[in-house]
Amino acid sequence: MHRLFARHPSLRPWLLLLPAALWLFVFFIAPLFIVLAYSFLERGTYGGVIWQFTLENLRRTFDPLYFSTFLRSLYIAIVTTFFCLVLGYPLAYYIATRPPRQRGTLVLALMIPFWTNFLIRTYAWLTLLRTHTGLINVTLINLGIIQKPLPLFGNDFAIILGLVYGWLPDMVLPIYAALDRLDISLVEAAQDLYASGSKVFWRVIWPLSLPGVVAGSMLVFIPSLGAFVTPAILGGGKSLMIGNIISNQFLAAHDWPFGSALSTVMMAVMLLATLLYFRAVSSEERKALV
Amino acid sequence: MSTISLSNKQLSRRSQIAYLKKRINDLALNLYGLGGYLFLYLPIVILLIFSFNDSRSVAQWHGFTLDWYVEMIHDEQIILSLWNSVFVAVVSTLISTVIGTLAAMAMERYRFVGHLFMDAVLYLPIIIPDIAMAIMLLIFFNISGIGFEPWKVTFFGVRLAVPYSVIIGHVAFNISFVAVVVRARLAQMDRTLEEAAQDLYAGPWQTFWRVTFPMMLPGIIGGALLAFTLSLDDFVITFFTSGAGFNTLPVRVFGMIKKGVTPKINAVSVLMLVFSLALIGISLLFRKGGDKGSPIEIGL
Repeated sequence: MHRLFARHPSLRPWLLLLPAALWLFVFFIAPLFIVLAYSFLERGTYGGVIWQFTLENLRRTFDPLYFSTFLRSLYIAIVTTFFCLVLGYPLAYYIATRPPRQRGTLVLALMIPFWTNFLIRTYAWLTLLRTHTGLINVTLINLGIIQKPLPLFGNDFAIILGLVYGWLPDMVLPIYAALDRLDISLVEAAQDLYASGSKVFWRVIWPLSLPGVVAGSMLVFIPSLGAFVTPAILGGGKSLMIGNIISNQFLAAHDWPFGSALSTVMMAVMLLATLLYFRAVSSEERKALV
Repeated sequence: MSTISLSNKQLSRRSQIAYLKKRINDLALNLYGLGGYLFLYLPIVILLIFSFNDSRSVAQWHGFTLDWYVEMIHDEQIILSLWNSVFVAVVSTLISTVIGTLAAMAMERYRFVGHLFMDAVLYLPIIIPDIAMAIMLLIFFNISGIGFEPWKVTFFGVRLAVPYSVIIGHVAFNISFVAVVVRARLAQMDRTLEEAAQDLYAGPWQTFWRVTFPMMLPGIIGGALLAFTLSLDDFVITFFTSGAGFNTLPVRVFGMIKKGVTPKINAVSVLMLVFSLALIGISLLFRKGGDKGSPIEIGL
């Protein structure tokens, strides 16, 4: 064994990689391909499958019933990403422009919600938003500001709010990291050349922070599209997303091939969206260089 | 308009306006920052406050009590699920830290055929949504027939029955996170120290244990803490891979939320919050010990 590695040094990294590769091939890559394969099989009894090729599952994902949920999930994920970016960028900018000591504290203050359980953070909003017993509606009614409770819960608004709240730190941290790395002399050079504030921002700061924007957007968009916990808790059982439909196929309907097909299509949409986004951003970057 | 034609008075007026504008911008940015942090913290603080509410309501204050915490401590289901959570987190962190660190060394220190491919394999569990990974594992464990039988173990005097499938799943997503954090650390490391050790006739093992490993350690600890947190926090993958009857704390909390909202859930939430804060405290302690890495490293 020892001699084998002495004679073939190219095998050494594989020795180090072997445990990770084994674990991930058996418990990640293989299951991934099984899901892909299941998408094309016929449904058996009680969660089983019949080994017969069919395109029926994929066709059903385009049924208006399911396809509309797909579109809604996509809409919710895009709106969530948009709000995270619009709210998160100035926050990252704020942190990056503070003095170094303060910056450390502010980043730490961002890590605390980031490390706090997602389920708990979603539950916190449940206690605030519920229609008749939520803190916001109860307080507003007690103060006499409103007579009837506001529709804050069990709709897209509640889901988007919960997702924005949950994933905002994931947007802020990479943008902050990009702004922190930014060479301040470039900004000073632009100012010395009489560029206006907005010009300095759009021609210098924004293009240089794009890698952070891209990373943050991906970190928000992908889990938002595949959200399961947030719609399950804040959707009030009415407002569902694709993640809930998928879980229903496994936990309630026992239609695993169809659940697999939905999951396959979801991952394909994520891949496609990621590619399109990268293309759009890289063309933006090219424009900024001209 | 050219500046040359401006009188001195006009000029000072201009700079005054510019100064005022800058002050207003600064103030606006400060207010925005304050608002941003309020948004992040207010829901958690309200959650904390109502865990002490002397009523079943989590919206109207009725006075202070510790009843919900007492009830939580006497709830055997909650305590058992807490032990399950800790056990799964400890075991999966130990396994994934070793495997992930080895993988990080291979990826950072060597160039080989299949490097790009392994890069993709390692990143995929990070970017794939929980729900997709959860159902992948659910199907896999079902058809392979492995994993669902429980690991019967006595952990700090508590008898647990933890399905192997849950631990396998947690390790599967944690390897990648550990590998990313350790790789970031390796990439920052100064290679000249290792070269110096070799110049002084240290053997490869000696160089590794006396120089490389101590320098890697902050990254390994950072990766382990991240893995521990992710494991404690995971709900979706545990929920789908555990089979019936096994609860970790998040799975238990989800079940409680589905049944109805009570301040008892707030109390459990505070317990989980305290765990998270303790972990952040530990990670800060270790970061002070090693040299300063980017705080982002720990989170991403």
